[in-house]
Amino acid sequence: MLWETVRLALRSVRRNALRSILTLLGIVIGVAAVIAMVTIGSGTTAKVRDDIAKLGSNLLVVRAARPDRSGTANFTPRRLEQKDLEALGTELNDVRAVSGEAQTQLRLVYGSQNTAAQATGTDTEYFTARDWTVDLGRAFTDGEVRSGAGVCLIGQTIRSQFFGQGDPLDEVIRVGKTSCRVIGTLGSKGYTGFGQDQDNLVLMPLTTFQRRIAGNRNIDTIYVSVRDGASTAQAVSEVTAIMREVRGIQPGGDDNFDVRDMTQIADAMTSATTAMTGMLGAVAGVSLLVGGIGIMNIMLVSVTERTREIGIRLAIGAHERHILVQFLVEATVLSLLGGLIGIALGLGLAGGAASLLAIPFAPSLTVVVIAVAFSALIGMVFGFFPALRGARLNPIDALRHE
Amino acid sequence: MAEPLLSFTEVWKSYGQGEAQVHALAGVDLAIRAGEFVAIMGPSGSGKSTSMNIIGCLDTPTSGRHGFLGVDAGRLDRSQRAVLRNLYIGFVFQGYNLLPRTTAAENVELPLIYRGVATTERRKAAMNALAQVGLAGREHHTPAELSGGQQQRVAIARAIVTRPTLLVADEPTGNLDTQRSHEIMELLTGLNRDEGLTIAMVTHEGDIAAYADRTIDFLDGKIVSHGFVEEPA
Ligand SMILES: Nc1ncnc2c1ncn2[C@@H]1O[C@H](COP(=O)(O)OP(=O)(O)OP(=O)(O)O)[C@@H](O)[C@H]1O
Ligand SMILES: [Mg+2]
Repeated sequence: MLWETVRLALRSVRRNALRSILTLLGIVIGVAAVIAMVTIGSGTTAKVRDDIAKLGSNLLVVRAARPDRSGTANFTPRRLEQKDLEALGTELNDVRAVSGEAQTQLRLVYGSQNTAAQATGTDTEYFTARDWTVDLGRAFTDGEVRSGAGVCLIGQTIRSQFFGQGDPLDEVIRVGKTSCRVIGTLGSKGYTGFGQDQDNLVLMPLTTFQRRIAGNRNIDTIYVSVRDGASTAQAVSEVTAIMREVRGIQPGGDDNFDVRDMTQIADAMTSATTAMTGMLGAVAGVSLLVGGIGIMNIMLVSVTERTREIGIRLAIGAHERHILVQFLVEATVLSLLGGLIGIALGLGLAGGAASLLAIPFAPSLTVVVIAVAFSALIGMVFGFFPALRGARLNPIDALRHE
Repeated sequence: MAEPLLSFTEVWKSYGQGEAQVHALAGVDLAIRAGEFVAIMGPSGSGKSTSMNIIGCLDTPTSGRHGFLGVDAGRLDRSQRAVLRNLYIGFVFQGYNLLPRTTAAENVELPLIYRGVATTERRKAAMNALAQVGLAGREHHTPAELSGGQQQRVAIARAIVTRPTLLVADEPTGNLDTQRSHEIMELLTGLNRDEGLTIAMVTHEGDIAAYADRTIDFLDGKIVSHGFVEEPA
């Protein structure tokens, strides 16, 4: 009986193909939007987590200010200095690398070409701490860092932009107001979950950066890479202790720096994307509701158009509930169909976006199941009133209807 | 005499209020016994269709009793009347009233679907009914592909496929030419004679009414003749 009704409903959908498609559109767009939003959102979240996991959960980040800027009133940040870096480098046990970093955004020029890129000044341990590989040529040496030599390594984006297939080694590029000789290229890292190109950078010795570009001796960030298997919590407290000592902070005084491990940073970042995903999902949900109203409208039209048919059915033995079920199933089949098309479309969009943004394609079975259930529910809810109207028709009036 | 299959006792059917009130039926008494073939005649607006709708349990009297199978059908609610229609009554209308774009077989199967009959059994019953009305081989034609007479045969097959007790036919030959009308009447008489199907049929034509056992004549919402043949003295 139910299968019979579903077949009947499918046939009626097919018969009014154009009208059905137009009706479906609301649901299709709603579901597609929800699915695409949520899938892209969770892909972004996964990518951000992945990026951060790649840095290693055993990486500590020391900064003058908190990354989320939620400084308390009595938190007075003080710039990181060379002596902080040196103290951490010499006094810490159980670490693989301690590296200082200073950065700025500036313009690179080579020949007639120029581009905006990230310029980073750092030391030799940076490659270990931040997991950079040298693709071509060599990394700079401790000697070059000490002397502030005009050498640099470039990321893949800059390499291909300036040199294409050509050899970049020993070429001289302008970095802001100074210039440097390319001694190597960096292995590719791709985009971050937020769509930032990590390969659009030039890496140079910290002293060179400070003297020739920044014009000061500031360090923005110190990275501490803890040895595998060692306790991060332990390392955080050691770093804190050393920093307090170097900076002469009295016991009971507040820290004027911030130490975090990557898991904390990952949590902060992914909670932002999750909130965003939820919000966009809710907006898309509203369009689903609009789709439901479309279904209700078309079902009312359908009931009116088929008044005579309802009369015939009632006369030849249909019960009120048969008519009710028939139109309810029809509305449900309609919106379910819309839901399925919407899911396919949404996943397609998310897949396209995923490859475009270089984030993982992360379809969630739960979301798909919820979308299916929700579109069926919309059909039932918005189909109920028209169906009831059809079922309640007086058979004689219905039969007389032209 | 056995209790009649259906009976009207002082049945009134009124529409509207006060001055504008119309009495489609004004105190009708009638009785139709099981196995009878009764024709109903009368001028337009005399209440024929109104009484057929009540006989077919599609409608209820404003007052009076509509007895059917020993119950007062006029006091039943919508769904109870639906059950009566589903189990005991078959309808044939003047305008055929087949579902468009639906094959003959599917149209005939429809009442069985509402009875919850299994698919294979339903197919077989529909084929049999169509064969019975002489439409074997036309099972997969849609109404648009059938002539008026053929469509009315499909409608009759649909009405009898459930093996009802009572067939209610409101001007079944109203849309057909003389030749086709007589073919349909042969079919109905055969069903009445061979299967004992009780038939109540409205018609405007005397030669169509002549197929019935007797003719009830309506005038202005009242019965003027029950059509019983006077016993020869
Ligand atoms: N729903 C209704 N509302 C108001 N009046 C109605 C309604 N249905 C029927 N009537 C009136 O009741 C009377 C009897 O109608 P009915 O349809 O029974 O006539 P009929 O004998 O079948 O006529 P015909 O031969 O033209 O089919 C008519 O005067 C008609 O106008
Ligand atoms: Mg009539």
